Amino acid sequence: MTRRGAGRAVHILGYAVSVAVVLGLWEYLSRRAITPLLFPSPLSTLRVAIGLAAKGQLQADLFASLGRILAGFALGSVLGVAGGVLMGAFRPVRLFFEPYLQFLRFLPALAWIPAVMLWVGTGEVAKIVLLAYTTVFIVALNTMVGVTRVPRNQVRAARSFGATRAHIFFLVTIPATVSYMLTGMRLAMGNCFMTLVAAELVASDSGLGYLIFSSRQWMQTELAFIGIFALGVLGLIADQAFQAASGWLFWRYDGGSLGRTTQ
Amino acid sequence: MRRRSDVLDLDPVSPRRWPGIRVLIPRSDAVAGSAASVLAVVVLWQVASTSWVPSILFPTPLQTLHGWAAMVREGVLLYDVGVSLGRIAIGFLLGTLIGVPLGIAMGLFRPIAVVLEPYVQFFRFVPPVAWIIPAILWFGIGETSKIFVIFYTTVFLVLLNTMAGVAAIARNQIRSARCFGASHWQLFLWVSFPATMPYVLTGMRLGMGNSFAAVVGAEFIAAQAGLGFVIIESGTWMATDRMFAGMLTLGLLGILADQLFRALSRRWASRYLMPS
Amino acid sequence: MAYVTFQEIDFRYGLPGPLIIRGFNLEVRRGEFMALVGPSGCGKTTVLNILAGFETPTAGEVLVDDRPVRGPERDRIVIFQEPDSLYPWLTALENVEFPLRVLGVSRSERRARAAEALRSVGLQGHEAKHPGHLSGGMKQRVQLARALVLEAPIVLMDEPFAALDAQTRLILQEELGQIAVRTQRTILFITHDIHEAIFLADRVGVMTAGPDSTIKKIVEVELQRPRVRGSAAFGELYEQINQILSEEVRRVLRREDSLL
Repeated sequence: MTRRGAGRAVHILGYAVSVAVVLGLWEYLSRRAITPLLFPSPLSTLRVAIGLAAKGQLQADLFASLGRILAGFALGSVLGVAGGVLMGAFRPVRLFFEPYLQFLRFLPALAWIPAVMLWVGTGEVAKIVLLAYTTVFIVALNTMVGVTRVPRNQVRAARSFGATRAHIFFLVTIPATVSYMLTGMRLAMGNCFMTLVAAELVASDSGLGYLIFSSRQWMQTELAFIGIFALGVLGLIADQAFQAASGWLFWRYDGGSLGRTTQ
Repeated sequence: MRRRSDVLDLDPVSPRRWPGIRVLIPRSDAVAGSAASVLAVVVLWQVASTSWVPSILFPTPLQTLHGWAAMVREGVLLYDVGVSLGRIAIGFLLGTLIGVPLGIAMGLFRPIAVVLEPYVQFFRFVPPVAWIIPAILWFGIGETSKIFVIFYTTVFLVLLNTMAGVAAIARNQIRSARCFGASHWQLFLWVSFPATMPYVLTGMRLGMGNSFAAVVGAEFIAAQAGLGFVIIESGTWMATDRMFAGMLTLGLLGILADQLFRALSRRWASRYLMPS
Repeated sequence: MAYVTFQEIDFRYGLPGPLIIRGFNLEVRRGEFMALVGPSGCGKTTVLNILAGFETPTAGEVLVDDRPVRGPERDRIVIFQEPDSLYPWLTALENVEFPLRVLGVSRSERRARAAEALRSVGLQGHEAKHPGHLSGGMKQRVQLARALVLEAPIVLMDEPFAALDAQTRLILQEELGQIAVRTQRTILFITHDIHEAIFLADRVGVMTAGPDSTIKKIVEVELQRPRVRGSAAFGELYEQINQILSEEVRRVLRREDSLL
């Protein structure tokens, strides 16, 4: 085993040990110290989860949430990219939209939930609209920044080769902006989960947020834990999948730091 | 020189002469342009609200302002905003106090990172609002549950950014300090800690920003007071003018908090800000 | 009398890696200005890092004043090529004070000494500026001042002027030459630039191309100080060293070709 391989194995072992210890502690605590109603043990949570999965309930909620995110995210991304490119390229467009961007940045999608509920009810459309709203701003903002940051010398070189406006736009500006678009999309994805959960907690009868909410109705805290855990897994997978996909599809548009952010 | 685009965190955009489109808009025109755009939309809004859509569902700008004034008069706004801000303040403080040392510890000491990392990397994807339900089950419907949610929001952002800060400490800064014979403590206090500050401040600002969304979400679900409560209650009672007024207030608060944070950082911690 | 001695140094980064330096021997006399030149990737920086105490040799020993090197210490200060070793949250003065602060020197004394050091590198008037507001050349001067304020006997410089524009480089070379003569420090100076090496150094060591690199030849620079760049003797030395170096550079290029 190479030095590197040994290092990684230790790393994973460390993780496993840490998680095992915490699970053990959790199991112990929930049996002895606290009311099992409020703080169910891992085993109990697992049991309930299996029960839900057997009924197909867990999958239904999972896919409901996933579907909404995908739809809203896709819609928002398309609009955001288009809007961002337009704003970055044409000053009048940017000036027109800038005041709203500046303000609505600070108005989270969450805040629109009651309003959207009032207008469109509590169905799928409502959630998809909210998710699109969440996504559009971040993607548009990042895309716009990307357009303004196209290296000037790249544009100049193209012009000296006799490229037309359209050439430059499609062959230089857009490719140079791809990595910013992806960064924006990745950030937006995270916020989408936030909005989705809030929407499903407040106004829904399906989805992971609803699952968590129902734990209060049925006085079964396990449901909340299952929902939270499922959210974490979903979020993690979504993030990894996004990074992998953007790396695979768009590797040539950036030196390898595609869509990666500090957060 | 401060320019408006500073607010957006962008590099000041030089007026770009887009090849072919010779539209160079100088500064004053830019302001006028934005003002015109806002005016146009407000007018459109007023018209749409009164003629196209039943205004009970979609309040006009004037109605929104009236609702806002009413809430101010009744003291509702002051009280509920105060409640929300209080929750944010406490949760934010706790989150920072715990997130910073943990982030530094995780960044500097491999064993600590290995122990804590699985949880940090997993739970950062769980939105804070999801925790409001368990928090209510455990802490009741009082303040603690909301503060917990804010704490959760802040702690991750601060921790992750702090860790990034530790990783970004230039190796040569440490090396030169070692050349000068600095002890471990001196290294930590005088080099590692200050070098991490810009990232810590960024994490705090992000945590603060996200806290507003988190508190509102939490207040939607389980609160008897607070800005989020005002918004959702108004919605339930079809008092859409108040609902919009509440949302407006939320947006303004967010901007205010962000600007305040930046101003304070510039004032007291300018040497610790990210080099621009 | 040898002050710094490299004895049969071998170095590799990790077990599967190649030996970057092999059988490296070098003696530097006290107060001597030794320049090291060599093709890219030959391990010049590694040699410096080993003397500084940042890296431990795989084999062999480095002695300073007959004592083995065991890690970074105050007798050997490094000036890096990129000034990212300066602390951006401190002013220039505070940066130069830093090593004295570590030593526990009183505030008034360290302030005075740091101000003096800054003055000696020509930065009086810039004490209150942060590195972010200093030009590249000024930042390198701050690094130099920081090394001088401790009065460390050995100064290690890793291509300190490589990232500066040509004019600034020439000026700083002049100043460094004067400071070296005045303070009599032992200096190990790494550079790509043969002219720079001849201008500044008492002896120039030429390294072979890596891996397994070592000293190929040491050339004495017996020119009077202050050095005159255009003189015939200068030119001859340049040709001599350049020839030795080009052989090695060509070896690197041939090897890169064969890898294609």
